[in-house]
Amino acid sequence: MTAHETARAETQQENRELWRWEESRWTNPDIDWKAGGIISAGIDVGSVSTQCVIMVDGELYAYGSLRSGSGGEDSALRGASRALEGTGMTVDDWHYCVGTGYGRVLVPMAKKAVTEIACHGRGANWMYGPSIRTILDMGGQDCKVLRVDERGKIVNFAMNDKCAAGAGRGMEVFCDFVGVPITEAGERSFQVDEEPRAVSTTCVIFAKSEAASLLREGWDVNSVLAAYSLATAQRVVELMQRVGLEPELGITGGIAKNRGVSERIEKEIGMKFNARTWHNPEYAEKEVPFDTQIAGAAGAALFAKALAEKQKGK
Amino acid sequence: MITAGIDIGGRDIKVLLLQDGKVIARTKAAGGFEQGKVAENLVTKAADDASVQREHIERIGVTGSGKKYAPPHDVDITEIGSIAKGATFVMPSAKTVIDSGAEDSRGLKVENGTAKDFVTNDKCAAGAGAFCESMARALEVSLEEFGKISLTSAKPVPINAQCAVFAESEVVSLINSKTPTEDIARAVNDALAERVVAMVKRIGVEKDVLVVGGLAKNVGYLEALKRGFQTDVMVPEYPEYIGALGAALAASEQ
Repeated sequence: MTAHETARAETQQENRELWRWEESRWTNPDIDWKAGGIISAGIDVGSVSTQCVIMVDGELYAYGSLRSGSGGEDSALRGASRALEGTGMTVDDWHYCVGTGYGRVLVPMAKKAVTEIACHGRGANWMYGPSIRTILDMGGQDCKVLRVDERGKIVNFAMNDKCAAGAGRGMEVFCDFVGVPITEAGERSFQVDEEPRAVSTTCVIFAKSEAASLLREGWDVNSVLAAYSLATAQRVVELMQRVGLEPELGITGGIAKNRGVSERIEKEIGMKFNARTWHNPEYAEKEVPFDTQIAGAAGAALFAKALAEKQKGK
Repeated sequence: MITAGIDIGGRDIKVLLLQDGKVIARTKAAGGFEQGKVAENLVTKAADDASVQREHIERIGVTGSGKKYAPPHDVDITEIGSIAKGATFVMPSAKTVIDSGAEDSRGLKVENGTAKDFVTNDKCAAGAGAFCESMARALEVSLEEFGKISLTSAKPVPINAQCAVFAESEVVSLINSKTPTEDIARAVNDALAERVVAMVKRIGVEKDVLVVGGLAKNVGYLEALKRGFQTDVMVPEYPEYIGALGAALAASEQ
């Protein structure tokens, strides 16, 4: 048996879901939400993942991140209950909720829907700070490059939502195919003697058959992963160059957690992304988890806070 | 003279034997990981099927996207060239040929057995058989059944995704929301055909229109093509062997 066949056989045997990335949730122990602050929530229903971020007076209180289900409404409800877990808070305590993402109009508790472009700009600005000018958001079914001002307002953007090459879903499909858990894909793509050439930079389906030929020629799985990660990076770089790169650079979304892709992007463009840490020193100090997947929902929660204040003012 | 044509496609390998202008054997198998070996075995099998000695095959022609893996051969012909040759052989009146394979789809304008113009999509699986195959898998029906059931749909649903990977997720959502299988199948076939029609229209569509390649066996796709082109389309008896036929013809000419 070739290494590939062995990997495939093991996969089938264990019936593991190699695409499955880690779901998460977090509550800020230092905030008492009952103290009377403005409670705002943002729910980002993406095609692959859903996040809910809850803020009290604009400070991060809790979040939940999980895989989207078959329906937008159901995903929104599950996202909300994940974030609310153990907090004693209910949806009725929210003063304002904004829905965003691909399923933004399906969020039942949202009073308003805001585009994911606007929310990601706002959220990334909040996470990385006002000096971020270019944001690469690598989502499940799309890839966006946003140029923003110091307030996180969108100046220009480019987006690929037509094709899985360069999107998280493509990476999931590919990891399943080569039999590598998606959370290990980044590390393993660097465990190669030599950086290989990229596979087909276009279609994920074709990249898979190209990968099959490479394995047939005797390539090891890690090299094939490296070749696919490089192709993904090159694909994204094309999009980035279309809107232009102004430092500083931030990266958000699920693939931001995959250094196999992000570091190859950095090499291609000759620039670095800012470290994945909070701009807010207090958050950094308290070791609040820096989850690149919550940027959209965080932006939505910030918009929700502003809308709640406006509502109160009336 | 007996010649063999080997077509190593994105998914299957097809082998055809030709004796003095008549097809005497056809056989195919999935390429898998050892395409060269599979192709060689298929040639032997074809010879057995036709009750001829393997040594009596005088010349071998190869074509297809994986032809670099082919066993020793005499003639090497492009996919476009072999399709044009094979299509003209089975249907001399064909002016437009649509080849819908597993990993690419193309349209050819043919004249006297050669391609005068062509358009191809080999960058993206949308519009190729792989798209249909993954959808059939999601619906848990065979490819042939997939075509047939789509004909019974009364209410096609739209599929928004262009990408085969995204469309599969969309189909899974449709299945979860209890959309009837036939409506999903119809939607997939319509989406496939829509892409192919838009592409082939770029080179102009002239009658007769012949559809070849594995997808030509999907009757739902053919119906969708007819609607898209607003003209009838023809299908040869063994549409997936047209490339192999062209390669065998090329081998017998030289």
